[in-house]
Amino acid sequence: MRLTCPLCGDRDRREFHYYGSDAYLDRPAEGAAPAAWDDYLHNRDNPAGLTKDLWYHEQGCAQWLVVTRNTVTHEVSAVELVAGRAGA
Amino acid sequence: MPELIAKEAWQGQAAVTRAGLVLAPLQDRPIWSVALFPGGADGAATALESLGLGFPEPNRWVSAAEVRLVWTGRAQAFLMGAEPPAGLAGHAAVTDQSGGWAGVSLSGPAGPEALARLVPVDLRPGSFPAGAAIRAPVNHMSAVILRTGPETVEVWVFRSMARTLWHELTEVLARFEARATVAG
Repeated sequence: MRLTCPLCGDRDRREFHYYGSDAYLDRPAEGAAPAAWDDYLHNRDNPAGLTKDLWYHEQGCAQWLVVTRNTVTHEVSAVELVAGRAGA
Repeated sequence: MPELIAKEAWQGQAAVTRAGLVLAPLQDRPIWSVALFPGGADGAATALESLGLGFPEPNRWVSAAEVRLVWTGRAQAFLMGAEPPAGLAGHAAVTDQSGGWAGVSLSGPAGPEALARLVPVDLRPGSFPAGAAIRAPVNHMSAVILRTGPETVEVWVFRSMARTLWHELTEVLARFEARATVAG
């Protein structure tokens, strides 16, 4: 598996650390309902198809990345920097 | 106060030549991290003009005489071989990394082939040309790798990993030489 880091280019999987769903980027506001925290922390879909995950380029540019991949075809269709996103 | 003795990262280490490749320790030098503040690019560029340097694009390094500015991450570069110019501090987080990094140079036509045993990035001149500088792993070590000549690359790692880097690279050279000998 290879990921194309927006800064470093095409790199081997061993350079990256997997974190989990990109849902972790959308932290509930202070005082949000317990159900919102439950969703944020625990409730995840397990889609057959497009999924978005957080990866960290720990052996490269040290940037957090949102990777869009297809769990059926294993195609990686997008790799984007978390930095610079609206609200980031 | 105890008297502390400053030591070079490669104190007493001689260069090694095997299989036509020369592995040589590099002298310690001032190294400063320049991490741009949001919106600080223009101000930093003005401050860096006094050194004759522009902020490098990703995966590139620039130099003026013996002073280098090496891309090391998003909106970050290492200033090597000089003190940071006045006026830079307001536009970037400037931190002294001198003594924190140790570098070696590997010279010879087969350098990229030898390094391919440790670095999962194509370092042949076609894809790693003059002026290239990348962040990449050397085995488990996070490194800064620069092309400094048609047949020369430099590898910089945390100074605490200097001996490990030397060990890994000399082992690669030994095996590379053995393979070349067998191939005749």
